[in-house]
Amino acid sequence: MSANIIEVQGLKKHYNDGTVKALNGIDCTIRRGEVVVIIGPSGCGKSTFLRSLNLLELPTEGSITFEGQVITNPKTDINRHRQKMGMVFQQFNLFNNLNIIDNITLAPIKLLKMSKEDAEKKAMELLERIGLADKAQVYPQQLSGGQKQRVAIVRALAMEPDVMLFDEPTSALDPEMVGEVLEVMRDLARGGMTMVVVTHEMGFAREVGTRVIFMNEGQICEEGRPDDIFDYPQSDRLKDFLSKII
Amino acid sequence: MQKFTEFADELRFVFVESDRWKWLIEGLGNTLKITAVSLIIGIVIGIVIASIRSSFDKNQETMKKRGGVGYNLLSALNSISKVYLWVIRGTPVVVQLLILYFIILQSVSNGVAVAMVCFGLNSGAYVAEIFRSGIMSVDEGQFEAGRSLGFNYLQTMRHIIIPQAFKTVLPTLCNEFIVLIKETSIAGYVGIMDLTKAGDLIRGRTFKAFLPLIAVALIYLALVTVLTWATGKLERRLRRNER
Ligand SMILES: Nc1ncnc2c1ncn2[C@@H]1O[C@H](COP(=O)(O)OP(=O)(O)OP(=O)(O)O)[C@@H](O)[C@H]1O
Ligand SMILES: [Mg+2]
Repeated sequence: MSANIIEVQGLKKHYNDGTVKALNGIDCTIRRGEVVVIIGPSGCGKSTFLRSLNLLELPTEGSITFEGQVITNPKTDINRHRQKMGMVFQQFNLFNNLNIIDNITLAPIKLLKMSKEDAEKKAMELLERIGLADKAQVYPQQLSGGQKQRVAIVRALAMEPDVMLFDEPTSALDPEMVGEVLEVMRDLARGGMTMVVVTHEMGFAREVGTRVIFMNEGQICEEGRPDDIFDYPQSDRLKDFLSKII
Repeated sequence: MQKFTEFADELRFVFVESDRWKWLIEGLGNTLKITAVSLIIGIVIGIVIASIRSSFDKNQETMKKRGGVGYNLLSALNSISKVYLWVIRGTPVVVQLLILYFIILQSVSNGVAVAMVCFGLNSGAYVAEIFRSGIMSVDEGQFEAGRSLGFNYLQTMRHIIIPQAFKTVLPTLCNEFIVLIKETSIAGYVGIMDLTKAGDLIRGRTFKAFLPLIAVALIYLALVTVLTWATGKLERRLRRNER
């Protein structure tokens, strides 16, 4: 197994016939076990980059290799690869028509052909882990934001992904609920999960991140170890950005 | 007392004599048959058209990139659907009925069958847009969450989007049913004895307008009232399930 899980080359994403250059040439390699935190000003392309990794956004140019397969090749079956890339959204996106346990078991049953009993047993273990086992039969509308996001994380984990992508997982939460979600993510990182996290939680980035990428205007402007990025920023853009958020 | 006897006599003359009340029953039967069958045709057409239109909207970017026949086929189907919606929604249903009966389906002698096709085709256009708006009303995030887990387009639609869309459009769909019942009252234009036509026939035969026409109106009103009540009940039930 190669040490590199994701390789991105010359990634560009343009909107509106090229007038909006959301991503403007990104090269980046993500290794197994890394926790890569992506920071940058609003509109710099963080979400677009993350969503390109599992092709929720189709790149205009460039290639993405996931576990040795060039997934940007139109002939690749992207659905199979997405099973190995969990994604967590800012707005949780739990399935409103299903209760919590069904939210978690739907994909394992339908896609991994797991038996209902096995899938539910595993889902209960996952719910146990985040302390929400008593909510198994409840519908998403009855959960708090923090609870929804924790369920969304384990829903992705139920597919046993090789990498987890997080797009501002705590930005839609009331402040008092941010901690419980970060705690689950911290746990995941400790367990060795490869993670790519877009976030404004600089404390989390410093503590859990193994690498921080600072994006600006659709490009990677600076990257490095969290302590270096936060304590010794090199570019003026990064210095400016950090001075505004801290 | 005198007034009452007169009224009873007229009732008997208009409805009981020559068993004319049976015409109303027959007419009502035809009205219900036409409505039910066209509703089914309409729902089938509606699902097909709505699927084509919304999958074209959602997938055209991806499919265009991949090229191939898939994109061309879907694009052609989408254009055909648009023409269908444009024609059906742009012309009066009476005109559609006349054209079907006297031109396109001239060889079909069964007027009721022609009416079923006509109202089916007609309501299909409206049901398609109802379904499509239902699909569009489901948050894009639901779709992305499904795709991100590895479901393909159709699986995502089937397990996640359609169940939610159906729930939102059910009341509107019931409404379309109610509209359809009233719309079929033009079936008489092509010689079908529906409820309206039956009332009108009695009027012509008896030279009494008031009783037959009011009776017809009351029957429609009763039907619509029951359906409206049922729709309301369904709507409340659905809202309760939302918790
Ligand atoms: N569907 C779209 N159509 C047109 N422009 C878009 C689209 N999606 C994103 N953009 C533009 O691309 C740029 C990058 O957007 P993106 O959402 O990736 O930024 P971001 O870094 O995630 O910002 P934020 O911190 O606000 O979430 C922005 O200028 C945005 O307006
Ligand atoms: Mg974003």
